[in-house]
Amino acid sequence: MQVALMVPCYIDMFYPRVGIATLELLERLGVDVVYPMEQTCCGQPMANSGCYEEARATEEHCARVFGSFDCVVTPSGSCTHHIRNKFTAGADSPEKQNLVRNTYDLVEFLHDVLKIREFPWAIFKHKVALHTSCSAIRGLNMASMSERVHDPVFSKPRTLLSGVSGLQFVEFERVDECCGFGGTFAVTEEAVSAKMGYDKVAFMQKSSPDCIVSSDMSCLMHLQGCARRQNQDIPFFHLAEILNGVSL
Amino acid sequence: MSHPVDQAKNAEKFVADTVHESHLDKVLWMSRMNRDAAAREVPEWEDLRTLASEIKEHTLSNLADYLTQFEAKAIANGMIVHWARDAHEHNQIVYDILAEQGADTLVKSKSMLTEECELRPFLERRGIRVTETDLGERIQQLDNQPPGHIIGPAIHKTTKDVALLFSQKYGSDPKNEDPAYLAMAMRENTRPDILTAPAGMTGANFVIAETGAIVVATNEGNADLCAHTPPVHICSVGIEKIIPTTESLAVFIRLLTRSAGLGLITQYTSMFRGPRKGATMHVILVDNGRSARLGMKRFWHSLKCIRCSACMNTCPVFRRSGGLSYGSTYMGPIGIIMMPTFEIRKYSELPFSSTLNGSCTNVCPVKIDIHEQIYAWREVMEENDQIQVVKKEAMKVADKVLSHPALYQIATATLSTALEVLPHFAVYNRLNAWGKHRDVPEAARETFHEWYRKHRVETSEVVAS
Repeated sequence: MQVALMVPCYIDMFYPRVGIATLELLERLGVDVVYPMEQTCCGQPMANSGCYEEARATEEHCARVFGSFDCVVTPSGSCTHHIRNKFTAGADSPEKQNLVRNTYDLVEFLHDVLKIREFPWAIFKHKVALHTSCSAIRGLNMASMSERVHDPVFSKPRTLLSGVSGLQFVEFERVDECCGFGGTFAVTEEAVSAKMGYDKVAFMQKSSPDCIVSSDMSCLMHLQGCARRQNQDIPFFHLAEILNGVSL
Repeated sequence: MSHPVDQAKNAEKFVADTVHESHLDKVLWMSRMNRDAAAREVPEWEDLRTLASEIKEHTLSNLADYLTQFEAKAIANGMIVHWARDAHEHNQIVYDILAEQGADTLVKSKSMLTEECELRPFLERRGIRVTETDLGERIQQLDNQPPGHIIGPAIHKTTKDVALLFSQKYGSDPKNEDPAYLAMAMRENTRPDILTAPAGMTGANFVIAETGAIVVATNEGNADLCAHTPPVHICSVGIEKIIPTTESLAVFIRLLTRSAGLGLITQYTSMFRGPRKGATMHVILVDNGRSARLGMKRFWHSLKCIRCSACMNTCPVFRRSGGLSYGSTYMGPIGIIMMPTFEIRKYSELPFSSTLNGSCTNVCPVKIDIHEQIYAWREVMEENDQIQVVKKEAMKVADKVLSHPALYQIATATLSTALEVLPHFAVYNRLNAWGKHRDVPEAARETFHEWYRKHRVETSEVVAS
């Protein structure tokens, strides 16, 4: 199966290790991965700010680059949610429809398409605080939502991480409360955004995890910034890194 | 032209006040937990939400018919029915009723509609003394502040704040923070007004077309006192509060208090079907922008709102910002999607006071897609040129760079240029908003792009050659 790898702009710039882990993980699983070199961004930062006009050219470029693939995988629930559910800034085209239909978050691709449950090369004997983004939970239904009290409890990221030998989860309060990143919200409403981040880190730290893990690096970029400002040097990992066998 | 409310700036001040910020966050999160616990006890919870949403959609789709049905029934029941196109008409009607009685005082229970219409200052300017009889609303009145939450107007205040305020206004003990003591101090002050006022006023949670009845839910019983004691009862109702039947009322009553996190049902749920013997009862049906909103294809669903406050209680931004930061009658997620329909410029920044996390939509008992509407409002703000120029320019630069791979690769080659490209940072880069309370991410030595070129493209070229 050939898969096009989409590496979100902020991962490309700040967290290339996450792109590498995603690529290596998919290759380990026997996936034929192509990385289109002319890719940039899905346009979410602009559209999310209400600037649809300013998102158009970027969105159309994204559709041109990825529109011919049968499967596009990206290690970001946020970008996947945007492409699948909010891709309305640019002109409609067969490429765009194709992209909207065929884009998967890495977790979905592993969990639902490849149905992988074991990662025998990965050993991680540490306590993990798992954060799942709001895009992943409420946008992509990758985990049950705390507000929907009668729904069965599940979490695809957790199921995947459970396939890593030695890994233990720690539970913490307000598990699916937003971390406060929220795209441009992080700068337009920085005081509240940062407070939400501080609170999230504090709730996690109460359970003494060895590290904080998420399938969305944008949340982690924010949370790590908050933690470091408070002189906490707890490590942060993208889920792809853990599944690919990173050591602490 | 009014200046847009700067919710973010107001919120920044609230966050800095750690006592009140953590107080509000804790109290409202508790409400959210209580809401979850109450919903868990009702196996058909999700079906109830769907049913409530459908009843509201049906009623709103046949609004004129239900309103005239209600009017006929209410008149037959002996009520006097008024129609108010806007806030001014509403206030004038209230004033005229009071003037006709020669009334110089009015006791009232809490009503967000009268806040929306700014009734109190309207009457006060005309020499009428207004006494709020809801404890929270009275606290806010005495403190000269609007409500900070639609059902707990003073919820952002600690008991210490209230003890101090009451000691100044009522001469009570400033050191006694016992809520029962404080409530008693307030009651001793307001009860005489209730006993002597020539007119009393209430809002309405629901009005029933089938019977012409008005339903008011309170925990303090103060609405009943305001309705039953003075010879005149004036009831203000937003036209969207109408529901078809008493049977449908049951659906909403089951959802309302549970969603608010205040138990199974309010202490008092009263149906007023007509005036008492020898008394008069006025009902004012108020539009004030509601029919215009009903005509908005993307936004009419916000009219389904039953004012339970669940969206505010769950909203992580609201809990850390305080209701007053929105500078509006309705606040939090529901306020964000309602207020621009009243005044687009003034509330043009509100849709950005959200992380779009979606929790509000999940708790809404009438299934308003609140966070989707917040997102849609952002687009409307662009269509109406209500997006700040600095943000717009940053986004234009971002689009140019992000739609041209060559420019993107040049720009992302070094951290300093990357920071300018990434719109997350670029928007308010000059203010260094990211770095104020957070560390900026470290520069990667090479982008993924560069790594890939070195480790995959070049090696495959070697293999190929």
